[in-house]
Amino acid sequence: MDSLETAADREGLRRVVIDPVSRVEGHGKVTLLLDEEDHVREARLHIVEFRGFEVFIQGRPYWEVPVMVQRLCGICPVSHHLAASKAMDRVLGTRITRSAEKLRRLMHYGQILQSHALHFFHLSSPDLLFGFDSEVGKRNIVGVAAAHPEVARQGVLLRKFGQEVIRVTAGKRIHGTGSVPGGMNRHLAVEDRDALRADIDRMVEWSRAAVALVKRLHRADPALYDEFGRFPANLMSLVRPDGGMDLYHGALRFRDASGKVLIDQVPDQAYRSVIREQVKPWSYMKFPYLEQLGPEAGWYQVGPLARVQNCDFIPTPLAESERREFVDYGQGEPVRATLAYHWARMIEMLHAAEVIRDLLGDGDLLEGPLMGDGKRGNEGVGIIEAPRGTLIHHYQVGDDDLVTMCNLIVSTTHNNQAMNTAVREVARRYLDGRKLTEGLLNHIEVAIRAYDPCLSCATHALGKMPLVLELAAANGEVLDRVVRD
Amino acid sequence: MSDSILMPRVRVATTSLAGCFGCHMSFLDMDERLLDLAKVVEFDRSPLTDIKHCGPCDIGLIEGGVCNAENVHVLREFRRNCKTLVAVGACAINGGLPAQRNHLDLGDCLQQVYVKRDGVEDGGVPDDPELPLLLDRVHPIHEVVRVDYFIPGCPPSGDAIWTFLTDLIGGRTPRLSHPLLHFD
Repeated sequence: MDSLETAADREGLRRVVIDPVSRVEGHGKVTLLLDEEDHVREARLHIVEFRGFEVFIQGRPYWEVPVMVQRLCGICPVSHHLAASKAMDRVLGTRITRSAEKLRRLMHYGQILQSHALHFFHLSSPDLLFGFDSEVGKRNIVGVAAAHPEVARQGVLLRKFGQEVIRVTAGKRIHGTGSVPGGMNRHLAVEDRDALRADIDRMVEWSRAAVALVKRLHRADPALYDEFGRFPANLMSLVRPDGGMDLYHGALRFRDASGKVLIDQVPDQAYRSVIREQVKPWSYMKFPYLEQLGPEAGWYQVGPLARVQNCDFIPTPLAESERREFVDYGQGEPVRATLAYHWARMIEMLHAAEVIRDLLGDGDLLEGPLMGDGKRGNEGVGIIEAPRGTLIHHYQVGDDDLVTMCNLIVSTTHNNQAMNTAVREVARRYLDGRKLTEGLLNHIEVAIRAYDPCLSCATHALGKMPLVLELAAANGEVLDRVVRD
Repeated sequence: MSDSILMPRVRVATTSLAGCFGCHMSFLDMDERLLDLAKVVEFDRSPLTDIKHCGPCDIGLIEGGVCNAENVHVLREFRRNCKTLVAVGACAINGGLPAQRNHLDLGDCLQQVYVKRDGVEDGGVPDDPELPLLLDRVHPIHEVVRVDYFIPGCPPSGDAIWTFLTDLIGGRTPRLSHPLLHFD
């Protein structure tokens, strides 16, 4: 599977770079090494930036963390806000109150709705509506607005609605403050609830229309949609105790590539008992894997494609009916095609709209205790299903309230090997032996975009790299090397 | 805003350096006004388009600070190509949260995260030549190039960005009223 990870012999190979990978969030680049006949010998997605969150969080008071860590990512700040809050609930030993949990859920499903809308309509729909090698200048949301105004308008307004759900629960659309260790700091105002209620039925309808749009695209070109970036992979996500989908809380479940459940109901606090992380020298993003299978076979996918197939059911009726249709499409096999991520994503968007609609009828959002009590400890893990997949925050806190250890495994990190595999699969199938054009190279980006890459999150890891100076000959041979560490 | 076919459209580029993309999200928080803006603006390089290197532009919006050699390169390309350069948000203006690493012993940090952290196998600090050289500090962009305007906030709101852009495009000196000026 990974034979394109490392070229056996780099000498004489031609380097092709896609930099930056565009219409994704954050910074990444793809390098390809080609031989004289344009055969692909190596293909890698590099995460090239890092920012140091895991280190500078250490030494800060624990109550600052849920607000600070949002700056990992502006697309899914709520996911970091809540994962950190959930971890700190554990540190405080708090049992979350009913009102606080429902308010957090409302905020989180607003996050899912806006991020999925952004991802599908603003970032990916140009490829799907115009074709992978359509005119570069047209492949963006403005081009979609010109050619399909109603699609673009619904996408923009779906995202807006999700952002408004966040604003009324967190105080701000981006980097708000609603959640705190142990609970929430505000109720939902009646007038905000009423404003959202006035629009929610339309959002459910538009989400259904979005699912229908993706299904139409699949039906129009099954050969492409079923085969592009298709490869077997294990799956991971949180599920409820009864196996239902839950994007806010649950326990870890892993399935193998044939769809068989490998491990189920691993408590969030015990994630370290099943997941390890590997480091490779060519990326700042680590490569996590299921320990019992090892790094070669134990990597897995997370995110919509994994979640929709890993759960036993979706606990809202419209999305559940769509899930069944999706699963049936696989005819007994898990659906494996990379572009099916978008289909699964729109099913989740519909689910989020349904959850929001139901929550808006709940009086606990408007009143009730916001903070619980508990017995203070020193360690906590918070796991949440972020839009892009499972997000793990792990902290240790000293008796002086300062954070002493922080480990983050963000969604895109879980998907690191899967994304690299998708890049290699597409490179092998569509690029190998051909003269590379912009349109062909965009095929690789289409595959990366399907994952909802959160490359900003993925660059959280570290601060400074030791200075390395290399003098290289034209053939790439290193003649001299100076290191300062 | 009027949609005139006689007026050349204003060309706008945007980029993200060491930031979280939140300022670009705020840009999208102009919501349906984005569709109005698209009538008078043409987008050049941006994370939202597939143009990888910007050409001559009227306005360049930059989020994020400068943390590696690639950021320096992109920033300079923007300055060369954009008549008006705008620093958007806390990271571009003062380095923002990523600048928290400026006071740390970062050699030690690398070891912590990539070698010593519980759960890490085959540890080692990534050192491939494809990874751009990191700077020892995160810098605000005005330390590298001349900046024409600064829009504060983490991030500035969609309303603030809308007001700023429509003023600038309309030939007025942009002024953000007090409620739109936030630093959080």
